[in-house]
Amino acid sequence: MSKFSKKRGKASPEVSTASLPDIIFMLLFFFMVVTVLRDAELKVKVSTPFASELTKLEEKSLVNYVYIGRPVKKYQNLYGTKPRIQLGDKFATVADIPLFLEKHKVKVPEAKRPKITSSLRVDGEVTMGIVQDVKTQLRKSGQLKVNYSAKKDPNVN
Amino acid sequence: MAKSRTRDRMKNEINAGSMADIAFLLLIFFLVTTTIVEDKGITVKLPPWSEEEPDITRLKERNVYAVLVNAQNQLLVRGEPMRVRDLKNNAKEFISNPQKRSDLAEKPTKAIISLKNDRGTNYDTYLRVYNELKAAYNELWDELSRRKFGVPYSDDLPLAYRKAIKGEIPFVLSEAEPTNFGEE
Repeated sequence: MSKFSKKRGKASPEVSTASLPDIIFMLLFFFMVVTVLRDAELKVKVSTPFASELTKLEEKSLVNYVYIGRPVKKYQNLYGTKPRIQLGDKFATVADIPLFLEKHKVKVPEAKRPKITSSLRVDGEVTMGIVQDVKTQLRKSGQLKVNYSAKKDPNVN
Repeated sequence: MAKSRTRDRMKNEINAGSMADIAFLLLIFFLVTTTIVEDKGITVKLPPWSEEEPDITRLKERNVYAVLVNAQNQLLVRGEPMRVRDLKNNAKEFISNPQKRSDLAEKPTKAIISLKNDRGTNYDTYLRVYNELKAAYNELWDELSRRKFGVPYSDDLPLAYRKAIKGEIPFVLSEAEPTNFGEE
């Protein structure tokens, strides 16, 4: 009996919020480390097809992206509606691929260069002709590790 | 006077109450601006470039699993039309040849998949076909791995295991130069 009454008088019931900034900072650092800023604005419409046998691309710094698709509406009067290649943040042709690969390669430490992967982010509606041209160019440039970007079909298990 | 002022200053503390707000602001900024892009896909090793066409006529016909995809996205597998969804099981039967039929592959190590498409084939169809062929191999590897080592096949298996499995059932897929009948 006396125990309860004693306590109530003394303590002012306040939770210390002093550690709140630390917690928030921790969250902040987590998100800063985990997320990667999208470096390129997509100028072509890319909706990758569905597939089931997927492998994950591990190290982002070892990946270069080749986008293939029809230009988005904003660029259609300039570039037409035929499928185009986008390298980095600008439209390109097949002939620009070797330079693009080389530019990416010099940023990668020498030991890791064999692990460089090209991620082909290709729209599902594009025909194989342009994809084939890109593949041939990649082979000619010695870039043989290729990842056909795809996503998991949500309707299948 | 001066003494008392310094003492006052030492007592002063920066009010850290707004720190949480600042951190929150940064946090929300990063949450909004960043996108976690899932980078997944079908990894493929392209063959090195060579000028001359590889010659597959030397191979025995029974060991070659020819898949043709035309510009209308139709499939022709070993001379017979086929739907994409039947491709996986058909390929599996061809590779493993459980009944030792004389028209299917002699043994998995000799089986070769030959994939040829048109320049007008949809990329979606091409990837679906490729996916099915890969799935056939993945299932075969999985079955073999369970039989041999009692564990399902995955990329986390020890390298020796994976080598043993892939030595028994190697994934050989040859892509021919596409035809050009239906490009837009």
